[in-house]
Amino acid sequence: MDEQGQQRCDTPGRHAARRHGALLSGLVVLGLVSGGGAMARDYREPPRQTWSFQGPLGHFDMGAVQRGYTVYAQVCSACHGMKSVTYGDLAGLGLKESDVDAIAHAHHVPAGVDAGGHALSRPASADDHLLSPYPDARTAAAANHGVMPPDQSRLAVVHPGGVDRIYAFLTGYGQPAPPGMVVPQGMFHNPYAAQGLTAMPPPLHEGGVTYPDGTPATVAQQARDVTTFLAWVATPHLTERHRLGVGAVVFLVFVLILSICLKRRTWSNVP
Amino acid sequence: MNGSGLPENIPPHAEPASGGGVLSWIDRRLPVISAFRKEYVDFPMPRNLNALWNFGAILCAVLVLMLATGIFLAMNYTPTAAGAFMSIEMIERQLPGGWALRAMHVTGASLFMAALYIHLFRGLYYGSYKQPREILWLSGLGLLVMVMVTAFAGYVLPWGQMSYWGADVAGKAVGAVPVIGPTLEHIMEGSDQLGDIFIHRFFVLHFVMAFAIVAIVGLHVAALHVPGPNNPTGKPVNARDTVPFHPYYTTKDLTGLVVFALVFVALAFLWPDLLSEPENYRPANPLHTPADIEPEWYFLPFYGMLQSVPSKFGGLLAAGGSIAILFAVPWLDRSSIRSARSRPLCRAGMAGLVAAFVLMGLVGRHHAEGGWMIVGRIATLYYFSYFLVLLPLCARREMRGTAG
Ligand code: HEM
Repeated sequence: MDEQGQQRCDTPGRHAARRHGALLSGLVVLGLVSGGGAMARDYREPPRQTWSFQGPLGHFDMGAVQRGYTVYAQVCSACHGMKSVTYGDLAGLGLKESDVDAIAHAHHVPAGVDAGGHALSRPASADDHLLSPYPDARTAAAANHGVMPPDQSRLAVVHPGGVDRIYAFLTGYGQPAPPGMVVPQGMFHNPYAAQGLTAMPPPLHEGGVTYPDGTPATVAQQARDVTTFLAWVATPHLTERHRLGVGAVVFLVFVLILSICLKRRTWSNVP
Repeated sequence: MNGSGLPENIPPHAEPASGGGVLSWIDRRLPVISAFRKEYVDFPMPRNLNALWNFGAILCAVLVLMLATGIFLAMNYTPTAAGAFMSIEMIERQLPGGWALRAMHVTGASLFMAALYIHLFRGLYYGSYKQPREILWLSGLGLLVMVMVTAFAGYVLPWGQMSYWGADVAGKAVGAVPVIGPTLEHIMEGSDQLGDIFIHRFFVLHFVMAFAIVAIVGLHVAALHVPGPNNPTGKPVNARDTVPFHPYYTTKDLTGLVVFALVFVALAFLWPDLLSEPENYRPANPLHTPADIEPEWYFLPFYGMLQSVPSKFGGLLAAGGSIAILFAVPWLDRSSIRSARSRPLCRAGMAGLVAAFVLMGLVGRHHAEGGWMIVGRIATLYYFSYFLVLLPLCARREMRGTAG
């Protein structure tokens, strides 16, 4: 649609009119931002949500991120790992060092084998990663009807459909399957899953977790919070990045004004 | 043509720094200070240069930024198939400030290429490739190729899905060269599968190229300072119409740099999604081909050519030829008129050239499917006929005009 529009405005008849740099660079920008080819989607289009972290000035609602971590820790982490993330990174949630250590110590990580070849483990430290609960991909798949639960470190970035789809998916269970769809044993229907089928059982339940801040833990609330947490984990420096960007823009605009003044004064005696 | 009067601007004779002091002591033994004064303070510049002449300085600044950030990234990067992806994650998550370092390096690569395309277009448009600036043009094209190789090698390093599959496509394209293709592919990849040897090779290549570029930039700028810069009219300027580099062009370059820096921080820190490819945040998986293999935006026009030509080797020839042909431009265009401002036909043709280049990028983005295939072929054909037919004909007409 809009791609065709661009194609039309590029007919050779109008080339001559487009001589000037500004227009040409406009074209380059058009080429840059015009969307990719129409990819066939195999899931229902998720409703659009508004999130505080969207847009160039977006920031995380840290209360929601912290509640989302509660959901991740009590629910998601039973099957999903975040292998790029360390317990120490959780300090970014606003946790104190002692809290981070306590969380780490509550988990165990593999620590080689003993003399008899038996697997050993030790309490995790802040430098350890949030590993998948399964020792390897094959075991993970075998425990989940043949599908390995994906790592969640960057899920909110790489998942087609993004955070809106994650939220819609988490709240999208329990709808009747469309006529003609066969839901195999051990699979679940969810319109936001690929092909409408997922191997993940409905993870969230009314009051399934208890929030330390007293927020009522409805399914929608948990879904929203854990989605926010996943977005934070995928781009933990987003708020800082935006703050740095705004600061740099303000500073550079100031320098620009000064340098324009300087240049004009310098050039004022050139005819 | 005025073959004899090579330098168009005669730089002023440099006096050694006089008087006492450490600086003049050094200067009498190694005249770096007077040379600097001659080339960057008193150097006569045409006073009518427009904003497009800012991009050389911008490119130098970005190059310094790339080296500065790149060195610190390299200190924390692991060039192995098992460790590369996780080391990038470590830089982004655990290394203090690592995310900012990487944001700058990645955005810098994109904007380097953008500035390079503008810089090249400026030379093409104002005829800066014509004598006596042929070597300047050729060294610039050498830099273009080197920067492209460096950018590609760099994109491989994070070893995400697009790194891996992009390298796979490039390797297969090289392999499509008749007779020596498989050998070349093997030299490039180092073993039968893309793994440790390949990553290590490309890491070294990326690093070495970066410093080689600095050296060639030195030659490029030295070549510029022999004839001095061209200008938008394309006609030699007389001494009355020049101003010293400092303070006139130092203040002008500074202004251009700050505008560029604004675009840079906006893209690096406020709209990073415009330039980043989410798929590359998935670790490389040789068993799973992504639905949509696509290079970074700056390679899309060449990718478009690769895909719209029916044979693989033909596509490779077109994509390589589209750059190779630029090396011949000083000899394809024999007209003594430099600037497109005085060449209406060329000027219109060049607008078409830019449109064709952008269209080829869109074709690459759409994988030359359906109608895009036709668009890609027409655009490719136009691109080559501009250089091989339109430009020489235009020049011939103009030469006849001046002779008669
Ligand atoms: C690493 C990349 C490059 C760097 C750092 C660089 C740097 C510079 C600098 C500092 C100047 C003088 C300022 C200006 O005129 O903008 C310049 C001029 C020039 N460059 Fe480059 N350049 C690079 C790549 C290229 C490329 C790819 C080409 C095209 C083939 C090119 C062709 C030219 C020409 C023709 C001039 C003289 C233009 C004139 O005065 O009209 N350069 N370059």
